[in-house]
Amino acid sequence: MQNRDIKRLMLILLFAPFALWIVLLIILPHIGMVVLSLKEKVAPRVYEYSFANYLEFINEPIYWNTLLRTGSMSLLVTALALLIGFPIAYYIAKIAGPRARGGLFLLCLIPLWVSDLIRSFGWILLLRETGVISNFLLWTGLIGQPVEFLYNDAAVIVGLVYTVILFMIVPLVSTLDGMDNSMIEAGYNLGGSGFTVLRRIIVPYAMPGIVAGCIVTFMLTAGSYLTPILLGGKNSSWFTEQIYNQFITRFNWEGGAAFGMLLLLFTSIVIWLGLKLSGQTLANTVAKS
Amino acid sequence: MLAQKKPSPFLLGYRLYVVAFFIFLAAPLISAGAFAFNDSLFPALPWQGFTLDWFFSDTEPKLGMFHDRRLLQGLYYSFVIAIFVAALSVFVGTTNAFLFVRGEFPGKNFFYIMMVVPLVIPGVILGISILVLASDTANYVENRFDLELEFLRPGILLVVLGQFSFIATITSLVITARLKKFDETMEEAAFNLGASRARVLRTITLPFLRPAMIAAGIVAFLVSFENFNTTLFLVGSEAPLTITMYDRMAKVGSTPVLNAVSFVLMVGSGLLALLSILIQRDRSAQ
Repeated sequence: MQNRDIKRLMLILLFAPFALWIVLLIILPHIGMVVLSLKEKVAPRVYEYSFANYLEFINEPIYWNTLLRTGSMSLLVTALALLIGFPIAYYIAKIAGPRARGGLFLLCLIPLWVSDLIRSFGWILLLRETGVISNFLLWTGLIGQPVEFLYNDAAVIVGLVYTVILFMIVPLVSTLDGMDNSMIEAGYNLGGSGFTVLRRIIVPYAMPGIVAGCIVTFMLTAGSYLTPILLGGKNSSWFTEQIYNQFITRFNWEGGAAFGMLLLLFTSIVIWLGLKLSGQTLANTVAKS
Repeated sequence: MLAQKKPSPFLLGYRLYVVAFFIFLAAPLISAGAFAFNDSLFPALPWQGFTLDWFFSDTEPKLGMFHDRRLLQGLYYSFVIAIFVAALSVFVGTTNAFLFVRGEFPGKNFFYIMMVVPLVIPGVILGISILVLASDTANYVENRFDLELEFLRPGILLVVLGQFSFIATITSLVITARLKKFDETMEEAAFNLGASRARVLRTITLPFLRPAMIAAGIVAFLVSFENFNTTLFLVGSEAPLTITMYDRMAKVGSTPVLNAVSFVLMVGSGLLALLSILIQRDRSAQ
């Protein structure tokens, strides 16, 4: 009996930090944000509850265009990261020799710990008019005068793919690592072509890793702030920039909170859809990576 | 197509693709680092010769990073914040690991999902939601009790809490994975030999978890150090390095001193990341 009480006390003690963290830093702040987003300023220091902030979003095409643009570009970046990253992850997990494997994986991990700011900064130095690529092309004679590669959508996409691709590769490598090579050989022995083996054996096996990678890359892209602004210039029209403008520039916290809710809703729906369509759960994908 | 066969044109092409990818991966980092050593006032070509001025010079216009007070201050605040975040996240990560690996309680799966959720909330949203709640609370207390709670205004504490709110998920996952591998018969053996609960924890379980705790701490430190999105909304007058650098970039434009900072950060975080990998690999091999 006493032993059971101790167990119960231990459980409560272990649960306390978890509950404090989730309630105080995740649940309550989000409730606070919902409440704030439903407030409308009707006179100085007088507020009423209404959907005015959401209506403003709907009535102003710039706002929802930005959200749609952010969403579609994030999906594109996620798809590109998967297409570019999958062969790399497969190479590291299955084709490289044991020694090369560790080295290549390390090479992948190191840029992961360098901040977005420095990575974008690096791309600026490469892409701008006086930058490395422009100079290199001038030197080879391929172009006659300096070319500005920055401040367009292509630059933003390159920068974003670069920023998030490692979050795609790392879970893919760890999933593919657990796959038995004999499964692939069996596929070939049964007469499957390379493409069939890829489609029927490798991809289904790697699915938790693919979904984990896609969720994290999509969320990071849609929520990114620095890369679109630094590489896309002042008019990058990224939704996080709108949130920042509402909060800091216009000091319109009610509007900013509504925009924040919309972004959260949007990314949650996409992530939920992705999980449903692929038949995965958050616990067996993201929690494993 | 994908099996290990004799070298074929396909495999050659595949290798070239992998090489091209790693060039893509390295190029921006190399360019961000390399211009720190260019003896020019702009981080751009042409190459004007090698210099260490952007690190050590103490005179304008080439004020080196080790003499730039704002940058050094940012570095200091980043350190302070990262250390608090790492300590707090490792502590909560450890209690969470015990909670979810050992504990049996109703709704365990649901709570486990709750633990993972912060990882899929955009950082900007974590930042503004915490900012809103803290300000609301501070305003309420001020109006009601005429008491100014300075710590609930943007500043170091809010930055620490904001970063902790999602970094705790990362450390929890790392430490939980390790605890799952623990062989509980080792604890039972110790109990049978008459050891107390506290002693078993101190001499057997925690030493087993230590590599994961250190690795999780390093990861938390690095993630905190490079965080921008969450910090952006919670920062007060004590701006950490990423914010200071961004301000500099947006207002002054980029100068090679930012390359020098980038270089130092890359070397520092590279070494730390390496350390965390070595710690984890070393022990799991045993």
